[in-house]
Amino acid sequence: MNTFRSAIQKLTLYPSAIAGLFAIFLLVAVAIYTMITIPYSEAIHLWRGGEEVWYQNPRFAAPAWINYLSTKKYSESFSVNTTDGSMIKTVTPGSDGVTTYDISYEFDYQYDYFPQEMLLYMNSNFKTKQPFVSIELVTPDNRTIRIGNFTFSDNFTYRFSQDEKLLAKLRAPEVIPALFTMPDSEKPLKGKYRLLVTGTTFEPDSDISVEFVSHGQVFGLAGTDHARRDLMLPLLWGTPVALAFGLIASMGTATLTMVISAVGAWYSGWLDELIQRITEVNLVLPFYAILIMIGTFYSRSIWVILGAAILLSIFTNSIKGYRAVFLQVKESMYIEAARAYGANNSRIIFLYLIPRMIPLLIPSLVQSIPAFVFLEASLAVIGLGDPVLPTWGKIIQDANSNGALYKGYYYWVLEPATLLMITGLAFAVLGFALDRVFNPRLRDA
Amino acid sequence: MSVIAQAPLEKATIRKAARFGSFARFMRYVVTRLATLFVTVVIGIYLTIMIANMGGYVDQIIRGEIRDRITNLIALNQAYQQMDPDTRRALIQEKIALEEKRQGLDTPIAIRNFRYLSNALQLNLGRAINMTSDSGSKQVRLIILERLPATLLLMGISQLFLFFSSVFIALSLSRHYGNFWDKLVIALSPSSSVPPWFYGIFLILIFASAFKVLPFGGMVDSPPPSNTFDYSMSLLKHLALPCASLILSSFFLSVYNYRTFFLVYSSEDYVDMAKAKGLPSRDVERTYILRPTLPSIITNFSLLIISLWTGALFTETIFLWPGLGRTLFQAIGLYDIPIIVGSTIIYAYMLAITVFLLDFVYALVDPRVKIGQ
Repeated sequence: MNTFRSAIQKLTLYPSAIAGLFAIFLLVAVAIYTMITIPYSEAIHLWRGGEEVWYQNPRFAAPAWINYLSTKKYSESFSVNTTDGSMIKTVTPGSDGVTTYDISYEFDYQYDYFPQEMLLYMNSNFKTKQPFVSIELVTPDNRTIRIGNFTFSDNFTYRFSQDEKLLAKLRAPEVIPALFTMPDSEKPLKGKYRLLVTGTTFEPDSDISVEFVSHGQVFGLAGTDHARRDLMLPLLWGTPVALAFGLIASMGTATLTMVISAVGAWYSGWLDELIQRITEVNLVLPFYAILIMIGTFYSRSIWVILGAAILLSIFTNSIKGYRAVFLQVKESMYIEAARAYGANNSRIIFLYLIPRMIPLLIPSLVQSIPAFVFLEASLAVIGLGDPVLPTWGKIIQDANSNGALYKGYYYWVLEPATLLMITGLAFAVLGFALDRVFNPRLRDA
Repeated sequence: MSVIAQAPLEKATIRKAARFGSFARFMRYVVTRLATLFVTVVIGIYLTIMIANMGGYVDQIIRGEIRDRITNLIALNQAYQQMDPDTRRALIQEKIALEEKRQGLDTPIAIRNFRYLSNALQLNLGRAINMTSDSGSKQVRLIILERLPATLLLMGISQLFLFFSSVFIALSLSRHYGNFWDKLVIALSPSSSVPPWFYGIFLILIFASAFKVLPFGGMVDSPPPSNTFDYSMSLLKHLALPCASLILSSFFLSVYNYRTFFLVYSSEDYVDMAKAKGLPSRDVERTYILRPTLPSIITNFSLLIISLWTGALFTETIFLWPGLGRTLFQAIGLYDIPIIVGSTIIYAYMLAITVFLLDFVYALVDPRVKIGQ
């Protein structure tokens, strides 16, 4: 145990290793936080959800913090409704079951780019007489723009930009820019806007609920993709998936390689010969092609791919390297002593041979993690990602297939790429330092 | 007299016998080595064929496609419009059976796998199922040959540059290790944990999307320029980003590995001895450091040559580079088993031949190694 303590002490001499460890702790914390706050089933539901889940979000919206970096401000998305009180609703009962509703929402508009779209979702319960609403927008310079009057049935959606009547009234090429500018001006008018919805119902038990959604140019901490999904979800959920994939694959590969090479070296004879031959056959097999075939033909589940990747990674050159060391260790005195007191084979292999290799194993294990993390991403990028799980690779693939780089949605690629990069480099840097601590021959060189 | 006369004769026979003995040993070694390598290749290819066939799953897909295509073809053909439904159905069945026979689907899968195997081993790559070469041929050999130059160009430039630059830079770093550049290479070597396509995305983002100086992907402009100079300029422009990402992703680790390797060898006693003798540092480097490291460098170089033939699957796919790697990816997507098997065979054979030849090369460059012992 002392060697480990001294190894950790030596590790603190490498600032890069400290940084790597810090990043790994951070990632693990994010992974745990994600799994607690967004349970697996909910994450899948959200990730696979369509318009009904994500209708409040704009498409292709950059993260909101880019406003801090840019002098021209992008309009932020918001959604308010009468049910949770974020829109003020006053009810005035009248005679004969007629009720008037005054619903208003005031928002501060300080942006240089107009929202993509504004929508009103209206709901009402009635038996025969349809309710009636009129919508108005009060601009900062106190003009009142009449948006329109409707009678509506249940589940009514009003899209500002699609209203031809309004467009004709505004005498402008597009509705939304016209709402947010002074007449005969190009520049957006900044200030407090007020949306007024005046509704009337004609039955005693009727009620109106309104939801006002503005699809801005920017959204949240991470932005959205082509399906209006908040990228925060796959970014968060990609963390446990990437860590699990990388750790399970590298640990599985490392321990199995070690055990198999130890068994081969210990028993020698035909078993050893067989392991050698399997290794040679495996070197002939095209690693990526086989994984892609499994992904295309069998199953795109991340766990099937994980298993296949482990199986293909066991019998590689490292098994030969371990075997060479084991053959040396096998001849050492303490093994002979163990044999002399009658230790059985499995005891010698698992208690005497393998522990000797752990210093050699740990650095290579840590160093192989990035390869597996990126393997998942690589397969996802060429379209063989897990169809259910939200992962970083899937984000890059979505971005790539929607021409994100071509159209300039850089955030879409950069966010998952940065996380992948941090994960990969953190483990690589740590593994590198571990290698120098455990194998000091390299350190002086 | 007899004693004097006999002595050289005896010596000669002994020498001859020894030479014959070593030749026999050499031949025995060559034969067993070739046999094991061949068996390895056979098993490797058979496994690939088995995975590529997926126990008949691919057959179902192909059968379905044949059924669809032929039914459509007959339904759309004016000449068959007047036919009564039963005759037409019979005709469709017949055509489907014919097409299945043409693609060899009427034989059981185990037999078909062996047929694939024996054809494959004879480098008789057969015909692709869905893919065609740009010249319209379905011959797997032609499809692979057509994509080969693109892969060789991309991989050749990047891998050879990578190899020579890292060996030379590593040599100079090992000469004065511990200086700023050496530390920089050590610090940057973890960057190689990131695969080339990933750097590719960043490079596309910077050079193609933001600055718009280099193309997003592909191999030449469309339409291809007619004169040779413009054509090669356009080719170079398209080569820049994929090459850069391939080089970038392994450069620092490669330099670091060679540098450590040279350092280990230059700390040997005989190198100190040579320095103490006052030999010029160039001679020390060449005869005392490079010479013993030659086998490993040759191994690396030959593995590099093999990698030229396989192409870079993900990088080619990201950059839409029409090489072998991307062809393999497309073939898998189209369930085109002959192409998958074809490219595996070439790789397997190349690997086996290289491994076989390496033994002899080792014996040539390292006098301590003797073949067959």
